[in-house]
Amino acid sequence: LTVSTVVDVATVDVPVPVPRRLSRRRRGSDRSFFAGVSVSGVVVLAIMLGVGLFLTLQATDALSKVGLWKFLTTERWEIGRARFGIAAVMTFTVEIALVAVVIAVPISMGTALFITEVAPRWLRSTLISLVDLMAAVPSVVYGLWGKALLQGQVVPLSRWLNTWFGWIPIFHVRGADPNSPLSSPSVYTASTFIAGIVVAMMVMPIQCVVMREVFSQVPLGEREGAYALGSTRWGMIRVVTLPFGRGGIIGGTMLGLGRALGETIAVVLIISPRFDITHHVLEAGSNSISALIANRYSEDLGLGLSALFAAGLALFAVTLVVNFTASWFVARSRSGASSEA
Amino acid sequence: MNVASVSDRHALADETTIPFRPGPPTRPQERRRTGTVSRQDAMYMLGAGISSLSTTMLIFGRLTSLHGKLGFYVVALLIYIVVYAVLVSLTENRPAVIDRVMTVLVTTCALIAFLALATVIGYTIFRGWDAIFRSNTYLQDLSRTGPQDGLDRGGIKHAIVGTLIMISLTLVFTVPLSVACAIYLNESRSRASGFVRTVVTAMTALPSILAGLFIFSAWILTLGFQRSGLAASIAVSIMMLPIMIRSADVVLRLVPGNLREASAALGAPQWRTVWHVVLPTARSGLMTSVILGVARGVGETAPVLLTAGYTATINYNPLKAPMVSLPLTAFELVRSPLQTQITRGFATAAVLMILVLILFSAARLLGGRPAGHHTKRQAKRATAHSRRDLVRMQARTRGMGR
Repeated sequence: LTVSTVVDVATVDVPVPVPRRLSRRRRGSDRSFFAGVSVSGVVVLAIMLGVGLFLTLQATDALSKVGLWKFLTTERWEIGRARFGIAAVMTFTVEIALVAVVIAVPISMGTALFITEVAPRWLRSTLISLVDLMAAVPSVVYGLWGKALLQGQVVPLSRWLNTWFGWIPIFHVRGADPNSPLSSPSVYTASTFIAGIVVAMMVMPIQCVVMREVFSQVPLGEREGAYALGSTRWGMIRVVTLPFGRGGIIGGTMLGLGRALGETIAVVLIISPRFDITHHVLEAGSNSISALIANRYSEDLGLGLSALFAAGLALFAVTLVVNFTASWFVARSRSGASSEA
Repeated sequence: MNVASVSDRHALADETTIPFRPGPPTRPQERRRTGTVSRQDAMYMLGAGISSLSTTMLIFGRLTSLHGKLGFYVVALLIYIVVYAVLVSLTENRPAVIDRVMTVLVTTCALIAFLALATVIGYTIFRGWDAIFRSNTYLQDLSRTGPQDGLDRGGIKHAIVGTLIMISLTLVFTVPLSVACAIYLNESRSRASGFVRTVVTAMTALPSILAGLFIFSAWILTLGFQRSGLAASIAVSIMMLPIMIRSADVVLRLVPGNLREASAALGAPQWRTVWHVVLPTARSGLMTSVILGVARGVGETAPVLLTAGYTATINYNPLKAPMVSLPLTAFELVRSPLQTQITRGFATAAVLMILVLILFSAARLLGGRPAGHHTKRQAKRATAHSRRDLVRMQARTRGMGR
């Protein structure tokens, strides 16, 4: 390079740079694209809000007939005499869901830990697919399995629990005589407990997926740190994996609870409906709001249907709270930023 | 350097002790095992297993009057854990014993889960076995089958056809809408899209039976339409829509930001970025989310129960007359007291499960590929495309040169 070229360049007439106008407004083709996509958003919003609004409107008829407080505290479901309420069905729904979650959480947590910590590496992806497959098995199949196979296996367990732990109120069964070997097993069938076990098998994979996702995100450095300090595997899990995954464990549990509350077909197949509150979970007979809807939807199309809508709305309110709490826990946890639950 | 200092160093060197150096290893070095299960552990496990089995067999029937399969396994497991813990504590310290016991417990949990899955699948096929391998199961409906007829007459063709029609309709309703809505949620980060996202998240909590009750009341009672396949597919769509939007949203969010930015930097308008960069990158993930959504929708019984009606005859018209799906047929058949009907019900459930299994494997084959990783064919197509682009650009620069 010589000096003269530099001078040449400098003397070239350069226009004064004007900053380009930046606009965030969409123009031309983008505007129509965006309009189209927004329409789909609006349609979805309209459908969803429409469903919610319709449920509420339909429910008001029954609610105004008996009053909100009466509706929440009445156990019976007698439409003709205008005496109906969700006290019993809601209690049974919650009981089934609680039994399910109590059984499912240890199993799902153990399975998630097994997949992330214990299983050999080559087996992991297969196990992950199996858990996903378990989540995809239709609920009617679980229901058939529970009714035809599980019930026969669980009745002796119920009898045993009642015999030895009958002094604990929830394991007590009225009308069962533990001392008589000839007593009919029918006092133990179709119970909250059996429905709960079946629902547990259905929510287990849902919880497991969330927990495994979180456990697999535990920072490698922290794992290795624990090992380097001489920890055993369980020691590492206790001080690193479980605290890190706490949000995922709570969130996954509640997500499963939400699903357990709304489960219909498996519960309909197993329980025999009853409308008096009992906290003895091993006793025959149970109920749930979704089972109530499935059994009674075509009976009384006026007030009865409205009452079912009110019951469904109450169920929806509960699952909504549970689900939002779940996502709140997952999002606030250390691991939650990128997980999808 | 002078001579004296050299001799000094010699003197010093004489006093140096040479450290002991081991010669070449006398035997080949052994690789240290880093595995977690040693031979001793395996022997402990075996010993504890044999001990617990024999003790449990002794307890059951001999010493006490315990009986029942479930109880047997539970007692055997408890004894196994105790014996194993005692064996390990002979040589190891407390933390190691706790570690082994917890490993056994965690493995047991996984075993229970996978055993449950195996029995769910195995038992359904076992109970339906007599009907699964008969051609009439797939080629006939139940309209001319009386209660006395055996399994060699009648089948579930009507349910298979019904399921296929309903799920196709559901796909037509949900896939375009959910993908478009997911794009909207991703491309517009405004307050409005945040609201839509919140509402969609809320609706994933909608119990499926309520979707059915909604269609039953709004579509059938208020608007006066018949119970039909269409009504059922609308109900399933309402249930599936929020689920599919959410999973599509997650998949689209996984598309790397630098791909979008590169496209924007090359001057592409937003819709071109979405069409040519975002969607192709997320294609396999979207396919997976759609297929898993379909698997969920196929197995849904509750909304169909309220909206489709029940029929034993085949019906190809989703607009008119009742139409059944596989899960609904299984549900109705199993509630019958007749043994043949129950067997048919289990066979229906088995067919449904095989359908779900096929959909699921398809999802695994198509998906599971992270964004931007191409299959062989996709890579070939992309290469061919860029080669064409190169030729086009070269032709243009040559034209400009002249």
